[in-house]
Amino acid sequence: MTMNIFQQEFKMHTRSVITWSLGLTALILLVVSLFSSFAQDAALLNEMMDNFPEQLLTAFGMTGLDLATILGYFSLAFLFVQIFLALQAANYGFSLVSVEEREWTADFLLTKPVGRTRILTSKLLAALSALAITDIVVWASSFFSVSMWAGDAAYDTSTFLLLMASIVPFQLFFLAVGLVVSLLVKRIRNVTPYAMALGFGMYVLSVFGDMLGESALEKITPFKHFEPNYIIQNGAYDLPLVLISVAVIVLSVVGSYLLYARRDIPSAV
Amino acid sequence: MSVIQVDNLTKYYGKARGIVDVSFHVDEGEIFGFIGPNGAGKSTTIRLLLSLIYPTSGSATIFGKDCIKYGPELRRDIGYLPSEVFYYDRMKVIDLLKYSASFYDKDCTDRMHELAELMELELNRRIEDLSYGNRKKVGIVQGLLHRPTLLFLDEPTAGLDPLMQRQFFQLIREENRRGVTVFFSSHILGEVQRMCNRVGIIKEGSIIEIADIRTLQQNNYKKVRVATGDPADVEGVAARFDMAGVTNLQQHNGTVRFFYKGDINAVIHRLGELTVSDVTLEEPTLEEIFMHYYE
Repeated sequence: MTMNIFQQEFKMHTRSVITWSLGLTALILLVVSLFSSFAQDAALLNEMMDNFPEQLLTAFGMTGLDLATILGYFSLAFLFVQIFLALQAANYGFSLVSVEEREWTADFLLTKPVGRTRILTSKLLAALSALAITDIVVWASSFFSVSMWAGDAAYDTSTFLLLMASIVPFQLFFLAVGLVVSLLVKRIRNVTPYAMALGFGMYVLSVFGDMLGESALEKITPFKHFEPNYIIQNGAYDLPLVLISVAVIVLSVVGSYLLYARRDIPSAV
Repeated sequence: MSVIQVDNLTKYYGKARGIVDVSFHVDEGEIFGFIGPNGAGKSTTIRLLLSLIYPTSGSATIFGKDCIKYGPELRRDIGYLPSEVFYYDRMKVIDLLKYSASFYDKDCTDRMHELAELMELELNRRIEDLSYGNRKKVGIVQGLLHRPTLLFLDEPTAGLDPLMQRQFFQLIREENRRGVTVFFSSHILGEVQRMCNRVGIIKEGSIIEIADIRTLQQNNYKKVRVATGDPADVEGVAARFDMAGVTNLQQHNGTVRFFYKGDINAVIHRLGELTVSDVTLEEPTLEEIFMHYYE
């Protein structure tokens, strides 16, 4: 790692980290603050949900969900948090190297006396720090809101911690896959459509997987590997699926280093 | 000692030709001109030497070391001024220059301010607000602040006004006097002619000539212009010079012009037999030689 590159990269992430963190905090606080008024009518709601078609519930990962409990309720909100976390991480992954090539600053950086491996490591660590800050903010606002508005509703702390911890590998998946894809294509002109496609695409896959009862699809998407509903109901991760995520992360990172080391940097003219 | 040694370097982008079988060397302390039209492979060659891209085959050494394997180490002493200059936009000029300086083990502050003053660069402006010419100045200062001993200039003057161009050339000459080797790529022949000791001419990805700039001008061609006393004689005069070694024979407004290659006495001899009102014998500009290669 090279300290000056890390600092520069981290500085370029600051604005984005603040925006994502504030947005996610607002979302979490808003949804959880509604829990107490929700819980009063929870019995009614659960009854109503029983009348919903089974497919609809599965589509939204709500089967067996008990909205009367704070964790059951929270896991519903958490699905949205996950979507945003996925978009953020995918965005960082796709732009990590491609931004430089789009704005031609790669010429500047790569003609300095630093090797490519060290450049990539510095950039990766800067992105990881940015994601870590977001994760810490998400943890803080989740703990705060749940302990604030859970009322008397008891919940299992270790399950809650498991759920919170899952966002780290969850984001790593999108960061790593975004990065390796950006290195497999020749040039990315705009990062947003790629990040959206990866983030929402994985979400849609998990929805379809549920609806069609297709278990092959759930092997691909981290929305399944770290499904909040599963974690809350079982008090554990679905280990084989989590291992798939870990394998994808490792392969993507190793692949990225290999691809970047041999990459031809496109020129401006 | 050769500072740059290129052996049979070839680069294909997929199926598209970059450069083919390029070999040349650049000696320590010289200004080597690299000329050719856009798309001939000038930038490709420089990018290969800086290992921004990797060769399909062949190899190159800088300071006697492989330019890929020892890339990071070699780049400590290399300054690069790219043809298009874009930098991290939200940064101020001074921030970018400090960032650039932070990559080198030495203190570059004094040199940085010296260069900025010389190029009349405002340090506190945001880079995104700068004009193309001013960005180019940022590129110049950034490429020189660590006192490199080898400089790569890729179309360095595009966007600079004439006054700044002169300032820039003076700067490069001074660097060269200190012993800095310069690899100067350009399609503007006048500036190459003024600056360089030797030139390599590249056409469609291949080197077609490497020569000392004086040899290129002296040994090859003379540009001859003969004004006849009587415009009616033009045809006759032109006919007299229709001889071996003469090319581009033109007549216009009572004047005959041509290029001549060979023993100059043959021309002098024929001139002696004529009555003329004016004669000039001069070395062709590089541009004229160049056009000859591209015909």
